[in-house]
Amino acid sequence: MTYAFFPGCSALGTGRSYVESLVAVLEKLGSGLNELEDWNCCGATAWPSVDDVKAVALSARNLALAEEANPGTDPVDVVAPCAGCYRALLKAERALEERGEVSERVDFALQTVGLRSERRARTRHPLDVLVNEIGVTRIGAAVTRPLDGLKVACYYGCLVVRPYATFDDTRDPTSMDRLVRAIGGEPIDWSMKTRCCGGSCYCGGPLIGAMPEATLQLSHELVKEAKKLGADVIATVCPLCAFNLEGFQDRMSREFGETLEVNVGFITQLLGLALGLDERTLGIHRMLRWNLPESRRAAQGGVHAPA
Amino acid sequence: MHLPDGDGEVKSPPESMATAPKVGVYVCHCGLNIAGKVDVERLVEFASTLPDVAVARDYRFMCSDPGQELIQQDIRDGLVNRVVVASCSPLMHEATFRGATAAGGLSPFLFQMASIREHVSWVTADGEEATEKAEALIAGAVRRVALHEDLERRQAPVLPDVLVVGGGIAGIHAALTMAEAGKRVYLVERESTIGGHMAKFDKTFPTLDCSACILTPKMSAVRSNPNITLWTYSDVVGVEGFTGNFTVRVRHRPRYVREDLCTGCLACIDACINKKAKVRDEWNEGLGKRKPIYIPFPQATPPVVVVDPDECIWFKTGKCPRTCVDACERDAFDFEQREEFDEVKVGAIVLATGFKTFDASRIFEYGYGRYPNVYTSPEVERLLNAAGPTQGEIEMRDGGRPKTVGIIHCVGSRDVKYNSYCSRVCCMYSLKLAHLIRERSGAEVYNFYIDMRAPGKGYEEFYWKLLQEGTHFIRGRVAEVTDEAMSKEEEGRLVIRAEDTLIGFVRRVPVDMVVLAVGLEPQSDAEQVRRLFNISCGGEGFFTERHPKLAPVSTFTDGIFLAGACQGPKDIPDSVAQAGAAAAEVLAMVDRGAVELEASTAFVDAAACSGCRTCVALCPFGAITYDAERKVAAVNEVVCKGCGICVGACPSGAAQQHLFTDQQILSEIEGVLQYV
Repeated sequence: MTYAFFPGCSALGTGRSYVESLVAVLEKLGSGLNELEDWNCCGATAWPSVDDVKAVALSARNLALAEEANPGTDPVDVVAPCAGCYRALLKAERALEERGEVSERVDFALQTVGLRSERRARTRHPLDVLVNEIGVTRIGAAVTRPLDGLKVACYYGCLVVRPYATFDDTRDPTSMDRLVRAIGGEPIDWSMKTRCCGGSCYCGGPLIGAMPEATLQLSHELVKEAKKLGADVIATVCPLCAFNLEGFQDRMSREFGETLEVNVGFITQLLGLALGLDERTLGIHRMLRWNLPESRRAAQGGVHAPA
Repeated sequence: MHLPDGDGEVKSPPESMATAPKVGVYVCHCGLNIAGKVDVERLVEFASTLPDVAVARDYRFMCSDPGQELIQQDIRDGLVNRVVVASCSPLMHEATFRGATAAGGLSPFLFQMASIREHVSWVTADGEEATEKAEALIAGAVRRVALHEDLERRQAPVLPDVLVVGGGIAGIHAALTMAEAGKRVYLVERESTIGGHMAKFDKTFPTLDCSACILTPKMSAVRSNPNITLWTYSDVVGVEGFTGNFTVRVRHRPRYVREDLCTGCLACIDACINKKAKVRDEWNEGLGKRKPIYIPFPQATPPVVVVDPDECIWFKTGKCPRTCVDACERDAFDFEQREEFDEVKVGAIVLATGFKTFDASRIFEYGYGRYPNVYTSPEVERLLNAAGPTQGEIEMRDGGRPKTVGIIHCVGSRDVKYNSYCSRVCCMYSLKLAHLIRERSGAEVYNFYIDMRAPGKGYEEFYWKLLQEGTHFIRGRVAEVTDEAMSKEEEGRLVIRAEDTLIGFVRRVPVDMVVLAVGLEPQSDAEQVRRLFNISCGGEGFFTERHPKLAPVSTFTDGIFLAGACQGPKDIPDSVAQAGAAAAEVLAMVDRGAVELEASTAFVDAAACSGCRTCVALCPFGAITYDAERKVAAVNEVVCKGCGICVGACPSGAAQQHLFTDQQILSEIEGVLQYV
């Protein structure tokens, strides 16, 4: 199965390793991603708080591009790995579906650039595709180097399951936990799965620039809790979450007087390791810290599949 | 109403149908309800131009005595022989104006109402449009009423006995009230004892009197009252008939102990081969254990033990020395007991089936079921009860005693994700629990509330008392209960996060125990009960009263009344008040001795009937029979409720309904359309 692919702006920057590992993992599992041609900003910037029509129009153009590239397909699945993009595209999908005043104006806007929305596009998150399309059984069967009990703090963030997604529980999501178990890891039981990382993506853009003390406190809560519960790595599904949790640990340590040094990565990187892909393909060399415990690091060659 | 002598039928004064219709049209202002939007003077002018209209008048309040007198006088003066009132909806005042028409000397059925308030003035923005629509409705009513005929009015006797369903405080109070008035009452309760939720509480708000002390005398009174037949461990499985004449089928489930022999000495429970109680005790909300043979609580009524066949070794394996049987001096055990059925005939039914509490585990972020020290309010009621699993001590699941307790209000209430309504009792019972927890354990108690709702006698004063006692009140809906610690103080405890909207920032309050003040919901089988008794319910599932203000204990099904929380969340005083009201309604109905039956019944034109029997299967009241000899259907007009389903379904047009004949309906439509 090949999916339409909307990488989003962070794929070119801080989220580069997320996209690299996602592409590699899906390929390994027999799925492909077809990047949309001429895609644009998803609109999850300050637009939603300023002008809803423009915010929806930005995402709607991307959805319309996906439909144009896949004539006759219904639905057209569009994979959006970044939680912010995913939420923005889903919101546009909803607004178009409702056929209200917003969608009328958006339809008109699309028309002026020679596009049209047929409401065929369906936004999918990588977790949704991995768990509900490919399935944990198939993924488990493809594991060559199980994670050997690596303790993973599955961190979903606030936007992947809220407010629109339906593929997982909005308060207690479990899809990532199931993936971690399938590749031999051990998801930790914690209450922070959907807490805000401080990125504040839904509230109008990165807060780290505007109110760093708020971001630092929120991300610190997550990182120190993961450390306290003995996690070897925090697995994320959003470039902004990863950026906040990984990039400011030294500042958190200074601010809150506690050395943290917790590994932060993308779930796709852990999947890739378990599927036998090499670290460079998975963009692991781009991570600021990658120091998994020797004993729990993906065992070379694979010893035995996890029970 | 005048009661007939002899055959139970009233004939209205003879009406000469040959007389040309002289219609009187009466337009009501309803204060400004109608006149504020609709031009009533123009309506009168308009009406007086319509064919057949002899008189057209307007008046400020047609439902008032002088308003009704207008109609009567015109009839007496021979000016009119048909009446149209343009006012509110028939649900509100049809009976009033039919009465006025009859008082003037006409048949009450020579009357038609045009709803220009509910259907026009209240729902139309533009005055001109409203007036035009009102004109059309009046024209329709005038055309229709000209074709009305007098109908036969029948009465049916009301059986004197009464059924009460549900043995909580509402059902108990209703049953006692009616029994004391000399009526035979069948009280059916599905649990093994009556008492309901109230029997589980230690104290009641706001007076803090002992719940058992005020309830158990009433429970005993039920048992000792010779007019009450108490059927516990039983449920209603069938209801047939109509107001005044219901036939009810009741199923008695086996308790494997004969109720007529057991004295409640409880020797068998001690003697049970299971020396330790191991079965989850529902009565104690799962906080305690019971044996396979048990009694829910010491004052259970009737005081008869129950054998749980799912847990009893004899039932499970067939091998048990049955020490319980040996211990029984009365030979009360009967392991061969089967379900039994009774059929009773009653005139009226009071439904007092109560409520269930909200399932707190549905709100993931409050941690119920995840953190052992998160409790629901019903659980804490049992903890606080001297007859409960901890003898009234606040001992938590981990054996500890709390130093700090947080009570979260509105759990499952006032929340569009769960129930948008206010459950009415939670603020007050939370205050009660806060007081008792402090009193018993000395713990600091924090109440997290959205709004404090204390509208009742002595309620606000109780709140004030709690404030003075030093209970903490934080205004803000709780975001989450978490075990994530941000400080040493929070380590190993539960942290309640909430925005304190009075001081304007987010607070984290570490506590040892969390109490979730769960809201009230309809019983999980309310829908089946509703269908069984053929009554309606609102969107949230509580049974619907006939009128929210003026008929709060009646239902749209005559002869069936509501009491207590099955109609909506209610505290004990309100439940008892409503139960008394339901009892009074039943007594009024039963003592009247007869009910007037629906006059607008269906009938079958035998000449047009093809005998297809479509209507027989569709009739919800079983009023239609098939005459195999003549090969036609026939309506029993005593049983018919006039719903019209058969009329709509009849393929040959043979089934028709009084006051809704094709001719009448088509004339009304023509009248409406002519002036649109």
